[in-house]
This record gives sequence, C-alpha cells and structure tokens, in this order.
Amino acid sequence: MAAPLGTGARARETGHEKQDMQEKDPITPERAEELKLKAKYPSLGQKPGGSDFLMKRLQKGYFDSGDYNMAKAKMKNKQLPSTGPDKNLVTGDHIPTPQDLPQRKSSLVTSKLAGGTHGQV
Amino acid sequence: MAGVAGGGGVGGSNDFQWCFSQVKGAIDEDVAEADIISTVEFNYSGDLLATGDKGGRVVIFQREQENKSRPHSRGEYNVYSTFQSHEPEFDYLKSLEIEEKINKIRWLPQQNAAHFLLSTNDKTIKLWKISERDKRAEGYNLKDEDGRLRDPFRITALRVPILKPMDLMVEASPRRIFANAHTYHINSISVNSDHETYLSADDLRINLWHLEITDRSFNIVDIKPANMEELTEVITAAEFHPHHCNVFVYSSSKGTIRLCDMRSSALCDRHSKFFEEPEDPSSRSFFSEIISSISDVKFSHSGRYMMTRDYLSVKVWDLNMENRPVETYQVHEYLRSKLCSLYENDCIFDKFECCWNGSDSAIMTGSYNNFFRMFDRNTRRDVTLEASRESSKPRAMLKPRKVCTGGKRKKDEISVDSLDFNKKILHTAWHPMENIIAVAATNNLYIFQDKIN
Repeated sequence: MAAPLGTGARARETGHEKQDMQEKDPITPERAEELKLKAKYPSLGQKPGGSDFLMKRLQKGYFDSGDYNMAKAKMKNKQLPSTGPDKNLVTGDHIPTPQDLPQRKSSLVTSKLAGGTHGQV
Repeated sequence: MAGVAGGGGVGGSNDFQWCFSQVKGAIDEDVAEADIISTVEFNYSGDLLATGDKGGRVVIFQREQENKSRPHSRGEYNVYSTFQSHEPEFDYLKSLEIEEKINKIRWLPQQNAAHFLLSTNDKTIKLWKISERDKRAEGYNLKDEDGRLRDPFRITALRVPILKPMDLMVEASPRRIFANAHTYHINSISVNSDHETYLSADDLRINLWHLEITDRSFNIVDIKPANMEELTEVITAAEFHPHHCNVFVYSSSKGTIRLCDMRSSALCDRHSKFFEEPEDPSSRSFFSEIISSISDVKFSHSGRYMMTRDYLSVKVWDLNMENRPVETYQVHEYLRSKLCSLYENDCIFDKFECCWNGSDSAIMTGSYNNFFRMFDRNTRRDVTLEASRESSKPRAMLKPRKVCTGGKRKKDEISVDSLDFNKKILHTAWHPMENIIAVAATNNLYIFQDKIN
C-alpha cells in the first residue's frame, strides 16, 4: 500500500528509515504521520493498543460525588460540543462550595427535535 | 476498491436521486450537548423512526399516510411520541458517573397495536411500550365528569359508561428495566429472531436476556483476562443473526469479528468462526491497530453477509469466508495522511455506524463535514452527499460532493484541510423497504427520499 510522501515528512526522518524512498521501502502516509506524532510526543508509548490505552477507555473515575459535580461545573463553563468528558480534566484541586456546583435542572426540557416550529421542516 | 470518484450520472449510485425531504431540530449555532443525536433507528415497517440523544431523550417520528388532499406530504415523518428514557446517575460505590446518553435503540417486531422498543445507556436497558389512546370512558357511576368522587349514598340510578372518542394521545411507559448486569459500558443491544431474547454487549462481556425477565441474564461471552494488565482488545459491537436465533457475531478493537453459536456451549468464549483480514506487515504503523478497530457490525437482511466499519473503510464479509472480506469500500482514504492530527484531536476514535438498504444492494455510512457516503454493491459506484441547511429546499436534489486530495482544487470541490471535523455523521438509518434515509448531523435529523420513490 505504498504511496508518495507528503512534502513535510522528509525533514523528520530518523536515522533508521531508509534513504532511497522511491526504491525499496517507500514510507507510507501512515508511517509519515507516525513520525510526525513521535516528533511531537517523544514519550509516547510503543503499543497504542496495549492495556494502558484500553484501561483509559474502560474507566473514567472520580474521587467522590463532590468531585464529579465539580467536574461537571467545569465542563459547563467550557461550552464545547464535545462528545465526552475532557480527558485532561483535573479534579480535586479545591474543596467544592455550594456556589461552585451546577444548578439542578428544575424541569426536564423537551428535545428540540420534538418541540417548536423553529427550524422544523 | 471504490475510490473518492463521484458516482456516474446526476444523482449517484444506482440511479438514486436523493432529494431533501425534511430536517428536524434547531438551527442555533450553539448546540447544547444534550441535543446531540446519539442513535437513529427505523422500526420493521419503516413507519416509525426513533432517535435517542445525549440528554437521554427518545423522540419517535411517524410517517404520515399518503393523502390525496395533501399530495406534497408524500409520507412525511412527524413527531409521534417523545419521552425521557434515561437520567444521569452517579454510581456512589465506584465514584463513576453514568451518562444518560442513549447508546442504542432497537425496535421489537410488532405483535399487537402497541409498539415496543429497547433503549440503552451505558449501564441499563429499558423496554418501552408506546401505545395510542383514542377513546375515553364517560358516564361513570362513582365519579363526576371532572373526576371528583360522588357520594355513594346519593346515587340512585345505575348507568353503563360509554366509550367516546378523544384526541389521540400517545403514551410511553417503561415496562421492563434490565439493570445491574454490566460492569463496563454497553455498546450494543440486539433483538433475537426468536422475538423472546436479546443480547447486550459491553467492552468485555455479552449477556443474553429474556424480554420478560429482568432479574436474571446469562453471560455468554467474557473476554476479561484474569489480569487486567494483559488486556489487549475490547468488544466494540455485537449483533444477532437475522434468521438463525442461535448465531451472533461480535467485533473487536483489533479489527476482528467472531461468530458464535449458542448451541455449541453455554459460554461462547470459543468462537465458531473468526474473521480477520491479513495485514501487510510492511504497512504497519502506530495507528494501524487504532484505525482497524471496528466501530459497527451489521448483518445483511439476507443473513448471508455482514458489514463492518472501521475508521477509514467499510468491509462486506461473506459468512462462509473467514480469511478476508469480499468487498472493501474506502470511505475517506484522504484522511490516512492526516492521522497525526486526527489522533491529537481524538477524531481517530470516532465511532461511525453503517447500514444496508432493504435489498442489500447498497450500503451507507457517515464521514466528516456532514458528508455521508453511499456505495452500490452491484455497479460499484459510490457517491458523497452532504446534509446541510443550504441544500434543504423542499424536494431539492442533493448534489454529489467531492473532496480534493491534492493539486489543483476544482470549483465545487472542498480540500481536505477545509473539512470540518466537528461536523460528524456517525449515525444513519435506511428505511427497511423504501429509499428513504435518516441522517443525524449533530443535533439535526435529516430525512432524504429517492425521487423515483
């Protein structure tokens, strides 16, 4: 599945990659991307599919419910339409006070898919 | 096989001419996380279309009967019922949050006037009954018309209550709650062809349930190693065979699929068939395993094939051939040279779904920039379409889109670097019999119909 190199990757080649890319072992786009990543994060582990990676997928823990509510409050302030909790979120940096916690939802909001004519066709 | 080339002709694959039909959802720029659609599913007849969102809500649309007096409505989908299926919870024992996001909805085949569906979040599956009420009894002996109890000693005559028509009311009620059977996050549910049992799969285990019994489930697959340090793969999706009630498949984060037969043993840790495409060792990279992770597996309606979706491609497998897929379709091969940034922004972990059309002649899956892709298995033509407000005029035909991979960008093309990776189409559904598709674009649901339809 060899493909021609992109223009930027050549500069980041490390010593063990072969020099004559047009001949025997051209670097695939995937390998070029891998070199880019390793250049940015040299401490990145060798085995991405290994247990550390999977363990992170399986559990996202909090110290206790106060910690959880603080994390939720932080996320609300970020206003990202992201798909999940921030992986780099730090919790437990200070003891929560009632003002820090998000307000409890007073009533359940109907989905916008079901309500109103605005935007509906 | 099929590249990025646009389909022949005007509309795309197999002479489909996809036209905009409807869009549901708000237009705001600021999308609330709760409004993000997380699952879309037609029922067996295609008359009902269910969506689940991150806020734990389910909205069901019903197709209107075609009506001579309103010829343009042509079977439009309108809101039928909506309810809060799951609520956020906090597991105090493990200090873990349990999101209310609906991961999957699966309909049960209809057996009486009511409709039943299963909806699940990470931990709990619920069976919902959706029923209609269009009559009300009036003329009770012990109650007034407004419901107040009458004094029984003052009643001197007896009357028989009569049923009077009322405005249609659609009620949803939870009939069963299947809880506490999953330590890890549920990714799939699948109703068996026996219409009595279903399976639920999490990262490491698969359980078999009876629809009537909530306090017990059977564990049929367990891949948890004795020592978690030895964990190398997780279960990513599972599905029952459409006709053989003893057969199911599950896919893994390593790009493999295992087919299991429940007749062979109670615990199906040993597969009956193992599907894996041999890898070219020279092309291996840090990303290889991540992009080979299968995000969805779906049997064809015929039951002869199954389709898997990994990060860059869709593969069709013949159940009789384990060593390689029979067809491979590239969804967005141009992303292969962007894997570094896609890893950094976590997009490389996005889980795209895929679906078959009713006759198994075409398949569809989503991509970025609100693009979705369709492949015709017979003609091998493919097309890229976009779900956008700009092309949302009534019955407007969708124009094929093209991504420019390098060199000079032609007029209507979009370059890879201009793609919006926040606009992902992860969930799509195809009507079981007709050419009607539902595409979830973040918080909006688009419905497209084939013109000839």
